[in-house]
Amino acid sequence: MFDAVGNPQSILLLGGTSEIGLAVVEAFASDRPMRVVLAARPSPRLDAARERVERLGCAVETVPFDARELDTHSDVVRKAAAGGDIDVAIVAFGILGDNEKAWTDVAAAVELAQVNYTAAVSVGVALVDRMMEQRHGSLVALSSVAGERVRRSNFVYGSTKAGLDAFYTGLTEAVRGFGVRVTVVRPGFVHTRMTEGRRPAPLSTTPEVVAAAVVAAVRGRKEQVWVPAQLRPVMSVLRHLPRSIFRRIPG
Amino acid sequence: MSDTERTGAAGVLTSLHGWGRTAPSTARVLTPRSAAEVAAAVAAAGPRGIIARGLGRSYGDPAQNAGGTVLDMTGLATIHEIDAERGRAVVDAGVSLDSLMRAALPHGLWLPVLPGTRQVTVGGAIGADIHGKAHHVVGSFGNHVESLDLVTADGRVRTLTPDGEDAELFWATVAGMGLTGVITRATLRLHHVETAYFTVDTEQIDNLDELMARQTEGDERYAESVSWFDAVTTGKHFGRGLLTRANHATLAELPLKLRADPLRFDAPQLLTVPDIFPPGMLNRVTGKLFSELWYRKSPTRFGAIQNITQFLHPLDVAGEWNRGYGPRGFLQYQFVVPPERGDVIRTVLERMTAAGQVSALNVLKRFGEGSRAPLSFPRPGWTLCVDIPIGAGVGPLCDELDGIVLDAGGRHYLAKESRTTAAAIRRGYPRLDEWRKVRDAVDPAGVFTSDMARRLQLHG
Repeated sequence: MFDAVGNPQSILLLGGTSEIGLAVVEAFASDRPMRVVLAARPSPRLDAARERVERLGCAVETVPFDARELDTHSDVVRKAAAGGDIDVAIVAFGILGDNEKAWTDVAAAVELAQVNYTAAVSVGVALVDRMMEQRHGSLVALSSVAGERVRRSNFVYGSTKAGLDAFYTGLTEAVRGFGVRVTVVRPGFVHTRMTEGRRPAPLSTTPEVVAAAVVAAVRGRKEQVWVPAQLRPVMSVLRHLPRSIFRRIPG
Repeated sequence: MSDTERTGAAGVLTSLHGWGRTAPSTARVLTPRSAAEVAAAVAAAGPRGIIARGLGRSYGDPAQNAGGTVLDMTGLATIHEIDAERGRAVVDAGVSLDSLMRAALPHGLWLPVLPGTRQVTVGGAIGADIHGKAHHVVGSFGNHVESLDLVTADGRVRTLTPDGEDAELFWATVAGMGLTGVITRATLRLHHVETAYFTVDTEQIDNLDELMARQTEGDERYAESVSWFDAVTTGKHFGRGLLTRANHATLAELPLKLRADPLRFDAPQLLTVPDIFPPGMLNRVTGKLFSELWYRKSPTRFGAIQNITQFLHPLDVAGEWNRGYGPRGFLQYQFVVPPERGDVIRTVLERMTAAGQVSALNVLKRFGEGSRAPLSFPRPGWTLCVDIPIGAGVGPLCDELDGIVLDAGGRHYLAKESRTTAAAIRRGYPRLDEWRKVRDAVDPAGVFTSDMARRLQLHG
């Protein structure tokens, strides 16, 4: 259960090694440690993530989770809920992919679409099913401004995030009145392992800043946030630019 | 709850929160009209269980049950009998203390335990074992219950008494936060009074130490005693406040014009606070203004005649006053520490002030003897109650205060509690396991549960 000041008692992180996801766990845990379930493929990175979260005083469980294995997702959620209600679930997995390969190679395109979109939809359905039983809970989906208006340079990734964003935005409405809240988070360029070596876009940010925004949004029961917040008006303008101008913007 | 009435037995999905307006969750709400309907609802409770709810005056989450059933007990609100001679009242659990007072006063009867508001139900008053300004004399609410009817998980209606065969279950139900079953009816012992008025002594005292010293001195001469002070004023006037103590006025003490109708129940509700306040309404400026007005309104005066609202329930003149804290809500931090640890009061207030909290109205009282109920909050010592609006840093601040309170041998009041840990409750209530044993025996499947029970792991 959430308490009056917005401390959850449990968090499920889907994408248990996600840097933004772990930063969110850390931000909640710095106020009050809780039960944390890290769902990811077993790996040394997952072990390291576990140690990092345990150091915060949290009780950590790991559940094997592969985004590509869609038919296992309900089971992953069931296992995560075995130890009690899921107060917060963060859908944080995703891959950036190689854009040029992703629009020329069927396998690469399908993988990107399956991990970032299909799997996100699949876990979303499983999570909402559980949370509707609980009649409480906060579901956070990490979208991206890349999906708000896709760019030539990363449009395949952008298209998957556009799909995810639309699905979770719709879900927000569908679960209204059932005690479940959905928050769609739209970060800009975040400095992480995933974006390493890429040229940062203006208004770039860090996992810690995104995490603070997520915690504030969950506690404030907000359904949609941009990080940083200035990206909201910026994207609003960019969305409406004519293509002839938009394509000339470098990046 | 008119929606509930329309949908009848199926109930209606409702988002519920406590008086602090924090941490809402959704449950199916049913409004039973009889003990039999309560038993039917208990039998039909799903895997996420059931809990009774009264008027929603607990600050946190004890009367909400995410994904389960919540019984709105205000549909069970008959006053069955008032025996003026013996000073007894037989009432349904959903009867409010307000309506009971209105019915009992004409018979010259008074409820010995009245909390800071009359808008609580008898069932809730027993479930939280509430206390009032008379605690040092009369103890808590459970002490005045002669018997109660409890619908237990097996669907039976049991009549429990404090010293009967089921005494253990009786005392586990008193302060049991609804987790032993659903109270449907109770027989209460009332006091005889000549008038509905108090003779009140008010003392303006300009610092905390003196306020506490004065309060320690003469409480035994009064039926009611409490002090209000502010923690906004700093320096040597830190904790300046008003000590108000009173006795029930006799007929002879009333001025002539009140003698014509000495048992008149004078309790107007003057306004309902609209839901329009932004967060952060209570800040340093408004807090200072409020505390100044509160302090100035009552100069030192002895023997004043006051009615129930003036003396006991000044906040009841404003309905839904919790809206004044805005949409993010607030919490009420109430704890008790042993009599020799009065120093904790100052420490807690200083920590709050240092953290930037503006606490304009703090309530301080000395408790008398505790109750037999394992989870009853009052114990001999000092109890402090402060309002804290929800905002950045409030969580860690309260966690720090918890440490100070628990280290001093204190504990928290479950009817106010909304954010502490299971470990803190375990430390504060050494008889928790004793209570659990009784609870688990009467409800082995854990049918009775609440958001609070889950959050604080009250049952195993």
